Amino acid sequence: MTSPLRREDVAHVAKLARLSLTEAELDLFTEQCGKVLEHAADMNSLNLDGVVATAHPFGLINVVRDDEVRPSLDRDTVLAMAPDAEDGRFAVPRIMGEAP
Amino acid sequence: MKSAQQIASEVRSGVTTAIGELTTSLRAIRERNDELHVFLYVDEEGAIEAAARIDERVGRGDDVGPLAGVPIALKDNLCQTGIPTTCSSRILEGWRPPYSATVIDRLMAAGAVPVGKTNLDEFAMGSSTENSAFGPTRNPLDPSRVPGGSSGGSAAAVAADMTPIALGSDTGGSIRQPAALCGLVGMKPTYGLVSRYGLIAFASSLDQIGPFAKNVTDAALLLEAIAGHDPMDSTSLPEPSPSLVAHVNDGVAGQRIALVRELVEGADDDVVASVYRAVETLRDAGATIVELSIPELHLGLSAYYLIAPAEASSNLARYDGVRYGLRVDADDVAAMNEATRTAGFGDEVKRRIIVGTYALSAGYYDAYYGQALKVRTQMIAAFKRAYQQADLLIGATTPSVAFTFGSKTKDPMAMYLNDVFTIPTNLAGEAAVSVPFGTGEAELPIGVQLLGPGRSEARLFAAARVLEIAEGRS
Repeated sequence: MTSPLRREDVAHVAKLARLSLTEAELDLFTEQCGKVLEHAADMNSLNLDGVVATAHPFGLINVVRDDEVRPSLDRDTVLAMAPDAEDGRFAVPRIMGEAP
Repeated sequence: MKSAQQIASEVRSGVTTAIGELTTSLRAIRERNDELHVFLYVDEEGAIEAAARIDERVGRGDDVGPLAGVPIALKDNLCQTGIPTTCSSRILEGWRPPYSATVIDRLMAAGAVPVGKTNLDEFAMGSSTENSAFGPTRNPLDPSRVPGGSSGGSAAAVAADMTPIALGSDTGGSIRQPAALCGLVGMKPTYGLVSRYGLIAFASSLDQIGPFAKNVTDAALLLEAIAGHDPMDSTSLPEPSPSLVAHVNDGVAGQRIALVRELVEGADDDVVASVYRAVETLRDAGATIVELSIPELHLGLSAYYLIAPAEASSNLARYDGVRYGLRVDADDVAAMNEATRTAGFGDEVKRRIIVGTYALSAGYYDAYYGQALKVRTQMIAAFKRAYQQADLLIGATTPSVAFTFGSKTKDPMAMYLNDVFTIPTNLAGEAAVSVPFGTGEAELPIGVQLLGPGRSEARLFAAARVLEIAEGRS
């Protein structure tokens, strides 16, 4: 079976995941990731109609705790590890004005 | 090197000191760390302080805990307050967590002395530590070979007698595989037995922290100290830590143990021979041996290498250059995110993000991720059927002994095939242990894997101990 993954798929997915790839990386990752998906194709031959999906070994349900005040991380300690901070907040480059 | 149990008992009774044991450990690290590249960071100052405190408390007559004065190595995806924690990734270089993982708090409460952070495949993605951004770890038994991965540094620390015990994490085999390749006992506990709070997430429905040790009793001692419910992890099991050390000598008499065809298929002859010999040893010890085929196990690799990347692509979205770690500046925030992630992540991490994002994307979700989740359901059902016929399962941990550097890095699928025997346990959320049994090519150790249903850790350790005693390691 040939790889279902095309070069333009990898380019598109990389963009979605905020990764920029060189031309050489695009070629290499298309081939390598394609092999992973090819291997996964053995699952497509199975008839799994009606089988329930398992996303988690326990079938998670919401876990809630009592609504009581507890200590949390100190703001200044956390911001001290940030690449940039200003006035008690994380600072980032401009957000407005970029293409959608 | 002394066992953890021996160190703890001697420290508690005042025969030796925590500082003395730490000095031995730090000396071993100094002697071989440059050659083997085991530790990314050694916290000499913090360790000396912790050891001194233990000795002071022993002097006062306090009960300092079951791991009193035992030096321990920690995989560098476990957060420790103020100690650099990198996940072997450039994207977290220089970051010092503002909090500690629950397991580290519990280790300290049990009297253990954390000495430093060990190398891993970047974000625990790999089976050889060759994916570390800071260079690979070498196998102490043969430095021309890999120690396995992703917890290769933690395995090497114990194999090189730098610390008697270590913690790793196992998402698809990342404790059991390096344990096998380095000749150690390594366990992947039942999902939820050990709190994941402070373990940097790779694939949250599969990740589990577990022990490395030279012998079964030390592994049980360590797991007992870190297990049990934690309100900080909503997926942690509701019950307290199980009693494990007390049961290591329970043996296997009356246990039904199934040799699983799919868990030896494709393994090297020397590995298969070890598994068969282990089966005979367990039979001689009173177990009833049956043979089983579980064809669903064949699908584990396919399902895992979609589910784990899918979860990883989501978990790793948080590395955006905003709150911690690396930032590569750019004109606007989206360009900054992209520049940061492109510079910060290595190739294997990028590949998994791409596969995961693709498997989750519109139009492909049902065919890939959705199908994998259904296979996961079938895998769980298949194990359940198997455990109606047997109490434990047995097979190989890895297809071969430790391999040489570069031999599997060209083709990611070749590397992934290393995990074929270990992955099913993670998908099912169950427990399994690798125990060294015999040697193969170049006298390198072989790991035999025992698998059990959820909460079967005590039985797994007892069976592993039968094999360990048969090998003359008591």
